[in-house]
Amino acid sequence: MVRERVAEFSVEYVQALDEEGNADEAELPDVSDEQLLELYRLMRLSRRVDERAVALQRRGELGTYAPGIGQEAAQVGSATALKPEGWMVPSFREGAAFLTRGTPIHRLLWYSMGMEEGAEVSGANFPPSIPVGSQSLHAAGVGWGQEITGADEATLTYFGDGATSQGDVAEAMNVAGVLDAHCVFFCQNNQWAISVPRSGQSRAETLAQKAIAAGIEGVQVDGNDVLGVLAVTRDALESAREGDPVLIEAQTYRRSMHTTSDDPRAYRTEEEEAEWEARDPIARFETYLRDEGLLDDEREESIGEEIEELVADEIDRAKEGQEQVVPAEMFDYVFAEAPPELRRQKEEFERTGDDEPASAEGGLPGETEAGGGEVADRDE
Amino acid sequence: MTNDLRLVEAIRQALADELARDDSVLVYGEDVGVNGGVFRATRDLYDEFPEQVYDTPLAEAAILGLGVGLGAYGLTPVAEIQFASFAFQGFHQLHQHASRMRSRTRGALSVPMTVRMPYGGGIRALELHSESYEAGYAHVPGVKTVVPANPADAKGLLTSAIRDPDPVVFLEPTKRYRASREAVPEGEHTVPLGEAEVVREGSDVTVVAWGAMLAETREAVDDGDADAEVIDLRTVSPLDSETILESVRKTGRCVVVHEAPRTGGLAAEIIARINDDALYHLEAPVERVTGYDVPFPMFAREEAYRPDAERIRRGIERALSA
Ligand SMILES: Cc1ncc(C[n+]2csc(CCOP(=O)(O)OP(=O)(O)O)c2C)c(N)n1
Repeated sequence: MVRERVAEFSVEYVQALDEEGNADEAELPDVSDEQLLELYRLMRLSRRVDERAVALQRRGELGTYAPGIGQEAAQVGSATALKPEGWMVPSFREGAAFLTRGTPIHRLLWYSMGMEEGAEVSGANFPPSIPVGSQSLHAAGVGWGQEITGADEATLTYFGDGATSQGDVAEAMNVAGVLDAHCVFFCQNNQWAISVPRSGQSRAETLAQKAIAAGIEGVQVDGNDVLGVLAVTRDALESAREGDPVLIEAQTYRRSMHTTSDDPRAYRTEEEEAEWEARDPIARFETYLRDEGLLDDEREESIGEEIEELVADEIDRAKEGQEQVVPAEMFDYVFAEAPPELRRQKEEFERTGDDEPASAEGGLPGETEAGGGEVADRDE
Repeated sequence: MTNDLRLVEAIRQALADELARDDSVLVYGEDVGVNGGVFRATRDLYDEFPEQVYDTPLAEAAILGLGVGLGAYGLTPVAEIQFASFAFQGFHQLHQHASRMRSRTRGALSVPMTVRMPYGGGIRALELHSESYEAGYAHVPGVKTVVPANPADAKGLLTSAIRDPDPVVFLEPTKRYRASREAVPEGEHTVPLGEAEVVREGSDVTVVAWGAMLAETREAVDDGDADAEVIDLRTVSPLDSETILESVRKTGRCVVVHEAPRTGGLAAEIIARINDDALYHLEAPVERVTGYDVPFPMFAREEAYRPDAERIRRGIERALSA
């Protein structure tokens, strides 16, 4: 009889900047002062866009919106690590990552205004993926393509802790490993999938260890530490470019509601929220920048003003675009060339006069009786 | 005795009654427990029936596959898929296992599972939250597919679905969840699966609809000129041809309304059955008023996509003028 240990595994946790903003020199990535300030600006910008978007939704000017408040470091840090020519395959909460990749704010707002125009991607970006987790396989496809063509590039895909319960995510990591796909799987473990806590998704001690079964590397990082995230993602992308995929589990927290249709009071405690508020990614980074002499009150204020102005302009631009929506365009992008029956349907649609720009019907669509979005109104 | 309830409340009542009546009934799915479901259809059930109501991980293949196991084992699974579009993530479990367990085992095993799924547009939901896939389920032999249009039927049909020994897909029109309060019988109330209902009698034209489209159809006929007979299909599979044929033999004209895309939609099947068995009673070709053959658009264009009273009225006019 034989009984011996045939394999052993462990999972590392990385943090470069602790909760008080103290840096661990050994873990710090190589970043210029200018880049440090840009990381800061992008985090603040993302937070502001989210705050304004939630307010707009409350006034009925946006549809269901999924804010990323609390997750700015995870997204800005990781997306900064990805070169412009590397591909991003996002989930549905990656506003901050899109902004980091240069996507204009009005486009993100258009998506939340229910306009396909908002998903018209440019550059090496996929559009948001509403079905949870299924996009991870597209990343494996892009990453496999990069391996096949010998490209010196890699692909970064995002998903949440809940998504790790989906078969697609397990399949994606597994095939990426087998095919040497140039993939980094970035799990934002924000502790909740709507009302189900992390412990309701998996009995595994870490989510990073899901990599082990796929034979790829898995690592945890403090997801509220923008510099740690940047460092770990850079390393992972380098490895992915060599055909060794990596799973990163970023420990973070969704400080806001799941979406504007959700009320987290039904399932989580104020103590928990307070605990994570103290670990906010922006506050921590601000302390660090001040200690480094890169930020003072004046600088901070001017960044804030600049952001305010930019966001206001972009909201105006989004609203202008919203008034130009042409309903008949729903027929235009189904196929490269519309088949006869579809052409016939479009003609009928135009002939019967339904093809008026949205503004002609009175501008902004109002709230519906059903409450809209994922959830319904609770007060009856 | 009746109560004025919204459709979503009628569903909750059916679930509560069945959970109380039968220990083997299990309600489970994403966010159905503590949160009471994203539409609140399972509100409070977790507190009232802690042994019978469960949150699951975010995994539709698991939810549907668990139902196959639970059902074959002798329990009565009532699963919720958060939005019908995400049933595709587990469609193989429904198609390849639930639907054919009985025929595959010559009756030795069966799957008495009910799968509740909110479906349809008109509530400004996110992308992929608004599709109507009833024809797809109707195309799977061995699965029954039910679509209630009003609160009383929602309660009665869901009760029957839970008690049915075979897999039932139960599509709930999100647009109607909170649209109105209507009388719902208190206590035991069942509506048989597979039976359509004539909800308005008329002699000029038959209009067949189901789910959310029934409200639009009523609006179209209530202030239209024609004396329309309106049929609420209620169960799309198995399809109650007899009620439709009887009506068409009387009126000689027919319009079928659905929110799903036109090509391959259920209207095509209904029209084929009319051609088979009532062709010589027709005085005009059967018309259909449907969604278009495009992916269900995001909400800035959804009103343009969804059939409304005006489009249904035009369909009726075409049927009458031919
Ligand atoms: C396949 C699928 N099932 C269900 C849903 C509904 N839904 C949207 S987001 C969500 C929770 C996602 O949790 P997680 O993956 O942790 O990401 P987070 O929202 O926390 O960022 C659910 C259940 C969906 N969009 N797709």
